[in-house]
Parts: sequence; structure tokens; C-alpha cells
Amino acid sequence: MTAMVTVDDALTRYEPVIGLEVHVELGTVSKMFCGCPTTFGGEPNTQVCPVCLGLPGSLPVVNRAAIESTIRMGLALNCDIAEWCRFARKNYFYPDMPKDYQISQYDEPLCTDGYLDVTVPLADGGSEVVRVGIERVHMEEDTGKLTHTGGATGRIHGADYSLVDYNRAGIPLVEIVTKPVTGTGGLAPAVARAYVAALRDIMRSLGVSDVRMEEGSLRCDANVSLAPPGQPWGTRTETKNVNSLRSVERAVTFEIRRQAGVLDAGGHIVQETRHFHEDDGTTTPGRSKEEAEDYRYFPEPDLLPVAPDPAWVDELRTTLPELPAARRARLQEQWGISDFDMDSLINAGAVELVEATVAAGADQGAARKWWMGELSRAAKDRGVELAELGVTPADVARIADLVGQGTLNDKLARLVFEGVAAGEGSPDEVVAARGLELVSDDTALLAALDDAIAANEDAVAKIRDGKVQAAGAIIGAVMKATRGQADAARVRELLLERLGE
Amino acid sequence: MSDITRDEVAHLARLARLDLPEEDLTHYAEQLDVILDAVAAVSQVAADDIPATSHPVPMANVFRDDVNRGCLDRDEVLSQAPAAEDGRFQVPRILDDEEPS
Amino acid sequence: MTEIVRMSATQLVEEMAQGNLSSVEITEAHLDRIDSVDGEIHAYLHVDRDGALATAAEADAARNTGADLPPLAGVPVALKDVMAMRGVPTTVGSRILDGWLPPYDATVVTQLRSNLMPILGKTNMDEFAMGSSTEYSAYGPTRNPWDTTRIPGGSGGGSAAALAAFEAPLAIGTDTGGSIRQPAAVTGTVGVKPTYGGVSRYGLVALASSLDQAGPCARTVRDAAMLHRAIAGYDPMDSTSIDAPVPDFVAAVREGDVRGMRIGLVTELSGDGYQAGVQQRFTEAVELLAGLGAEIVEVSCPNFTHALGAYYLILPSEASSNLAKFDGMRYGLRVSDGDEGVEQVMARTRAAGFGDEVKRRIMLGTYALSSGYYDAYYGQAQKVRTLVQRDFDAAFADCHVLISPTCPTTAFPLGEKVDDPLAMYLNDIATIPVNLAGNAALSMPVGLAPEDGLPVGLQIMAPHHQDARLYSVAGVLEGALEDRWGRPLIEEVGA
Ligand SMILES: [Mg+2]
Ligand SMILES: [Zn+2]
Repeated sequence: MTAMVTVDDALTRYEPVIGLEVHVELGTVSKMFCGCPTTFGGEPNTQVCPVCLGLPGSLPVVNRAAIESTIRMGLALNCDIAEWCRFARKNYFYPDMPKDYQISQYDEPLCTDGYLDVTVPLADGGSEVVRVGIERVHMEEDTGKLTHTGGATGRIHGADYSLVDYNRAGIPLVEIVTKPVTGTGGLAPAVARAYVAALRDIMRSLGVSDVRMEEGSLRCDANVSLAPPGQPWGTRTETKNVNSLRSVERAVTFEIRRQAGVLDAGGHIVQETRHFHEDDGTTTPGRSKEEAEDYRYFPEPDLLPVAPDPAWVDELRTTLPELPAARRARLQEQWGISDFDMDSLINAGAVELVEATVAAGADQGAARKWWMGELSRAAKDRGVELAELGVTPADVARIADLVGQGTLNDKLARLVFEGVAAGEGSPDEVVAARGLELVSDDTALLAALDDAIAANEDAVAKIRDGKVQAAGAIIGAVMKATRGQADAARVRELLLERLGE
Repeated sequence: MSDITRDEVAHLARLARLDLPEEDLTHYAEQLDVILDAVAAVSQVAADDIPATSHPVPMANVFRDDVNRGCLDRDEVLSQAPAAEDGRFQVPRILDDEEPS
Repeated sequence: MTEIVRMSATQLVEEMAQGNLSSVEITEAHLDRIDSVDGEIHAYLHVDRDGALATAAEADAARNTGADLPPLAGVPVALKDVMAMRGVPTTVGSRILDGWLPPYDATVVTQLRSNLMPILGKTNMDEFAMGSSTEYSAYGPTRNPWDTTRIPGGSGGGSAAALAAFEAPLAIGTDTGGSIRQPAAVTGTVGVKPTYGGVSRYGLVALASSLDQAGPCARTVRDAAMLHRAIAGYDPMDSTSIDAPVPDFVAAVREGDVRGMRIGLVTELSGDGYQAGVQQRFTEAVELLAGLGAEIVEVSCPNFTHALGAYYLILPSEASSNLAKFDGMRYGLRVSDGDEGVEQVMARTRAAGFGDEVKRRIMLGTYALSSGYYDAYYGQAQKVRTLVQRDFDAAFADCHVLISPTCPTTAFPLGEKVDDPLAMYLNDIATIPVNLAGNAALSMPVGLAPEDGLPVGLQIMAPHHQDARLYSVAGVLEGALEDRWGRPLIEEVGA
């Protein structure tokens, strides 16, 4: 193997071109072509029927909801929706595929020629918007699930035999294929990651899939090639099944480094599929074939053409929610904050949380301050996402409100957050249970103040000499006596009044 | 037009997962050649402006509602399998891991 | 009284309605007939005695309650082995499905059950419906009851022979390029290929999805119409199913009239290559129709000459894909020495499980679809299909129906064409255009060829969704022919 170079080094000599093919399982109730449930985790081969088992004589019928979801995806990705298109059969033999062909779309995809604007976080804390072209969005069906048995590793090589569960076979998939993404230089791996994250967010806001990456409902293949600047594109490799945001970024990074090393050494890149390894972030070549696959695509005769009525497409367009990117632009304007502040919110995954906190009645400044400050720190300490902290936007809004009313100061507010995050109840319950309210009763404060004055004669003398900074010692003593629940400003006022008498 | 060779037949047999002995390859090459000669005339019949017909009856947009229907009984299904284990179909080891998607 | 097995379905319905016969008696009579003659004819691959008698008993019980019954309740029927039937062996004439017990019913089977029609068993066929003689069945050929040294046609030779040998009053067939009509022609029976989508394909083991169509087989036109009514109709499980009410085909037979009808003689489907006796009986039938008041015109469908070529590219292409699933993984045969990889096991299973003709067509289809050849073969064939449809459209703009001989010859001897695929294919030259275009056609007997004494079939073709016209014309012609003969032609069989 040739020496690996660093990404920065590689990019001084080569321009990367990346392309991404993402498969997402749609969240329909039934499968693409039959009425079997799509729920995850059922007993093997209990969610099957003659159609999804490909039994002789069975026939597919298209799920209307899958078509609608795909059209809505296409619209959200600014695609053209085909006026007429057909399904095709992709012919190849593989035991996880019951019919030994996959019903897919070939030269007549339902959605074509769109784009997605992706906000890519930069190292300096800012961001850059990159437009990723969308080649096509089409429908197809998932395959069954193989388990490799016997042998040492449980992996495909060295297994004695395999077992097939067809519950997943026939679950509707959309495949989203980008146009080649060029000119992103060193940002390429981050663009790849941000693109997949943005797709995921869109799917979720459309409600077409809940995109549980850990259950394999989003799978990504990453194409990478390198060429010296100004030269024609190089030979590409296709890294299969990179199934987390982090893996996408790592796989692209690795391929850039590996290919640069090969090219530097005067070698050439083999056009091949490669496998990504989660453990060490490397890719290795798939088993090479003596001849190229010939899928013998032809129009699926068992299914009729799909010709979406323009009125139907318009109706579906009205069902599109505000998409993540548009919402962010609107919020930035509403809140009147800088690009930098908005980027910080995006990078922290706090936009939706702040929005919800504002919706719950908080001032945007306060909402941002708490989420980006205290709560971000706590999330980081615990190694969880902000949203998983156990503090809701409503909680934040209530605490900000209590601070605004003077019931809490910042220090007390932090303790309330701690209590809420620990599951001690609502902010008001935590305040009550822990007794965290500021002491606002002057009588109680004056008593504590008098005690403090009596115990700090030196400081009193200094204040009387005009050294007002000596007041700190007395205020500190009052705060200590009230366990922090006094309003320090009020104590100062009362102190000066007392000594001025 | 045709003149299909023994090697081409071997390639087709591989694509179609047919394990054919040598002598069959030659035999099929001869027969396929005769058949292809007889049907090859179609390639001269239709002009570019003739649309292709994939479905004999012009219909479109036949969809089903997104609802569940009954599933098969697993025991009945697996009773027909050449081999099964743990509620799954047992298949021979897979040497080729190139699974398209 | 006529022997039970020689009665038409119409007569059986009448006898049951009169209380003269029960369905169990009728079903037993047919099962006995199968026992006595099927050793020689080999129309059946599997006889479902218990299942048939259970349905018969159910039909009789329902009749005894005085309930309103479906018209064909209690009339037994034979089912081509291409239809999945739950728990009953379904082989499609192939070794590769030996022993397969489907876990579900084809829609046609469901319809037969809901019509309370006892299903006698599964009939023999060319393997995966590829053939015109039933000699490509992995389970041995069926013999023609008119002459047991001759073929019964194919692929549905079993269904046709069962009718001609009085082993069933009705049968289900499927027609991809003539597999209902050609067997009907060579056995002196009636067979109908409905408009594509008229009868559900769900559960019909696919040969070529865009060409396959199930339909009725019978000994009389009226019986065919009744069975057609019973199995036709919209099926949400088949995307290509026609969503429209089923016409009353029986009324079409009853009220048939050809006066003032324009009937087109397709010039490309007669003359050279058609046996003299076939041509003669065909011409006589045309004259009869003219005498009954039809206006006979000649029409030319020039692209029909290319139909065979297009068909033998489209069919193998679709078949190569449809038959991929028979890979030894989920059902049926698996051939393995125990230590091979999955690819090798699939290839060995398919090599052992498929017969010659199936392998030939799979490779032909694989070739026609492969990169570099698709446009020249499959793509062009689909364009020819458009041209064939246009020829039909033009002809039907001028004529109510078209007619031709169903096939160029009478039944040929067993073994004659089994090693000459091209000669076998030519047998379907007149039936194929209809499958390419998707419209409807019927074959009916019009006499025996003088030179060999074997039945000759006449084909009537109607536009899409106009299947009722077939019955109007056929009903009238059948009546006139029987008046001339003094009795149904089928009574000559084995005489
Ligand atoms: Mg795909
Ligand atoms: Zn299913």
C-alpha cells in the first residue's frame, strides 16, 4: 500500500469531486408493492406475503403513499416531477432478493434535476452555503436481510452458509442521487456530511421517514475522485454503506487521502466499489469481478406507468412544511441576529430549541443565552445532545421568566437547571423543593445586614472613610447568611442607606 | 446480423445462472443463431419515430391504499423451502459480496 | 339420458336445477372418467379428488337450502397447472417446481371456489407455458383424443385434451401467444383469450407478463361464455386488471346476430403455409357467415408478418426475468453437492430444473435485453408491437371483428417438431398478433380437414373490451354449423 498523505497536503495538488447516493426507507404503513407491515424488529419472515416473497404468480401493486412521499421529496429538493414515468426491472441474482430482480426506476425517474442548499460549518465557527445538485430521486424496493452463520467472524467471508429474513424485502426506498459536487476543495468531506444531515432533516420535517440511521433506514454510498486542478475528472471509487454522518465524512476523507497517495506514487485509481470500516475509518476494495454487471433493465410489465396529474402535484406542494433551511433564514431575520450567531446556533443544533423557547414566551436573547451557555456546557460535560439534556424549551422559558421577575438570579437559575435536568421536576417544583427563591423581604434582609455590620466593624469603618469597595465584605456576609438567596443589589442599597443614616 | 458464438452463449448462461456443459453451449449457439436470424428482421421494421409499446392496454396510475393486509404463516412458507433454520431461509454461502443497491 | 361426462356445462346446470343430478354425482362421473382414460391421454398432472368432491358436496348442500347459487355452481372444472392453488401441487409443467405446494390461491382459483365449482385437478402443459404441443412438459406429453399419436396443442394441451376426452366439462387455460386458442383448434374445442386485463393474472405463474392472459376453455361457445363470466372482473391485486363491469357474454351468445356486421378477413393470416383442408373449412365457414347476413371484407395488416419476430424477442425477454426467481433458495428444487457457493447452487439448480426449450428462451431473452443489444432487439420489438396495434386499430375502424384460421395446420404428430424450435414457433403465427396488441380472440371448431379427419379452428378477433362480439359471432356460427352437421363436432371424437 502506498503512503497516505494528509488531507491538507492532498488538496494542494488535487481537486476532489464527490457524489452521493442515499437510500432512505420511507415511513409508510405498508410495503412498496404489498400490504405487509414495515415495522422494524419483527420475528423473521413474519411480515411477508406472496408478493414480497416473490412467490410464483404474485404481482406488485404500487403504494400510493410511497408515490406521494417521493413526489414531496422531489418538490422539497426543487426537482422537476416527471409527467409520465415507468418502473423498471433491474436484473441480478442475489439470495436476499426474492424475485432475483429489483423493481426500481431506471431512465425514467419520478423526480429529476433539483438542488439542495447545504450549510457547511467552518473551522472558524462560521459557515458556508454550498449548493448540491440533485440528479434524480426515484423509488425502489428494499431487499431482505442476510445473516452469515458459521465460520469465525460472522461476516460474509468464511461463513458456512447464510440465513435470510424477508421482512425488510419490499419496504419502499427512495434513492436520491446527487450530481457531481465540484469545487469544494478541502470542504468536500464536510459538505458530504452536511448534505446527508440536511437530507435527514428534510425527510423528518416532511414526515416521509423518521430516518433511524442506527436501524439502517438511511444508507449512503459515497463516490470520490481526484484530479489535478484544471484536469478532467479522475477515476472514481464508490464506497458502499457509510451509514452515519460521521462515517460519511470519514470515508470521503479517507478516500481523498488514499487516492492522493496512489496518484502521488504514479499509480492509477481502479474504478471499483469499496467497503468502509467503522472501526478504523478505512476503506478496502470489494471483490473485483471479471466482467461488468449487466442489469438488463427493461420496463416493468406488471406495473403501469405513473403519470402524476399536475393538479395532484400542486396539491402535494401545498402540503410541504417550511423546510429547515428556509425556516432558519426566517428565524435569523426575526431575531435580528448576526450570521455568526446564527451559525453558532446551527452548529450547536440549537435553532429548533431556541425557536421553541421563544414560542414558549421567552425573549430570544435570553433563550439563546441559556441554550448556548449553561445548557451547552452541561450537554458537553455529559456527552449528550442539547435536546437530550432533559430540559425542555418550556422549562427554559419559565426559568428565564423567573429571572426576569427577580425571583431568581443567574446563580440560582443554574441550580434550577441542574435540578430539572436531574429529573427533580418542573422549574417551579425545583425552586420550591430546594428553597431557591431570592429573599426579597427587606425585614429579613435588614436583620441579616445588621448582623453583618456588627460582625465587620473594620469594613464599616472603611466604608465610612469613603472606601465604598469595602462594602463587598459585608454584602458577601449577607449572601452567605441567606445561602445566596438575597438580591445583592438590594443588599448594597440597604447597606448604604443604613450607614448613611 | 447475429452469428452468436459459443463464448457468447457461455456468457449468457453465466448471466442467467445456467450451469451448462460444453456440448450444450455449442448446441444452443447453433439454435439461438437460427432463431435470431429469423427474428432479426424486426430491427429493420420500425423507424425512430415509432413509439415503443411496453403495455398492451394504455392505462396509468394504478395505486393501492397504504394499508396492511394479512401476511403468510411462516411455518407454511418455510415448509416449502429447500432448507430453513431459526425461522429463516437457509442459503448456501455467499462468495460474492457485490450486492448492488 | 346422455352420459354425464358428455353433457355440456349448460346441460349440467339444467340437470342440477331440475334435481336430476347432484354435483357430487357429476364430479364423481368425471373423476371416474379420468381414472379410465387419463392413463392414455395424460391431460392431468394432479387430480384433486378430495378437494373436488368437498366443493361438490358444498354446492349440493347450498342448493338444498334453496339459496341463490352462482350459475355454474356444482359444475366441475379443470385448472391449467400454471395457476397457484393453495396446498395443491403446482408445477407449471417444470421439474424445478416439483412438489411445490403454494401457500396461496390465484384469484381465478378464488373465483372458481366462490362460484362453488369443484376443481378436478391440474392439467398438463408445456414447461412454463413455452411450447405449442405440450411435449415440453417435464412430466411427459399429453395426447390428442382425436388421434393419440398427435399433439393436443400447447401450451394448454392438458386443458384442451381434458375437454375433448370428456375428462372435464370446462377448463381454465392461459394464452400468451395462442396457448388457449391453438389447443382448442387442434382438439375441436372452444377457447377464448380475453382482452388483456379482463381476467386477473394474480397467481398465474408468469411467462411473459405483458402477453399472458387467462381465459375459458369449453366444448361449446355458450359454456365458454358462462365460464368467462365466472372468472372475469376487476382484481385489485393485479395492476393491469380492467376496472369495468363484466359484460353479459351469455346474453351475447343467446342474442347473437351477424346481420349487417362487417367481418374482416386478414389477408396476411391465410394462404401460403396454411394446410389445404384448414383453408377449405375456413372458407366454408366464411361463406356460411356471409349467408347468415354478414358482410365479408378483406383487410390487410402488413405488420402481422413481423409479429412472430417481435413476439420471440419480447416473450423471452420478459420470461428471462420472470423465471429468475426459480433459483433454489425459497421453494422448489435445489441441486447442490453440499459445499458449493450460492451462485453455483443456483446455476446447477436451474440447469437441472429447466428443460431445453426454457433454457433456450431464457438465453434468448437474456441476449435481447443485454447491453449493446437492447435497442436492436427488445427496443425494436416493442416498436413493432406498436405497428401491430396500429394495424388492428385500422382494421377495427372498418370491421366489427376479424377472422382467420386459428393455426396453419391440424394437429401434427408427436415428436415431429420437438427438436425444431422455429417450426414449432410458426404454429402460432396467426394467434400471436392478438397477444401483442392485447385485444380479445376466440377459437372454435369449423369442421374436420378432409385430408386427415382432424379438427380445424377458426379464430375470431375483437377490439379491446369488445369480447362480447366474439360470443355474438361464434354463437351464431356454431348454431349454423351444428345445423349443417346434425350434431356437435365433438361427438365425432374417438368415434
Ligand atoms: Mg438503487
Ligand atoms: Zn408482502
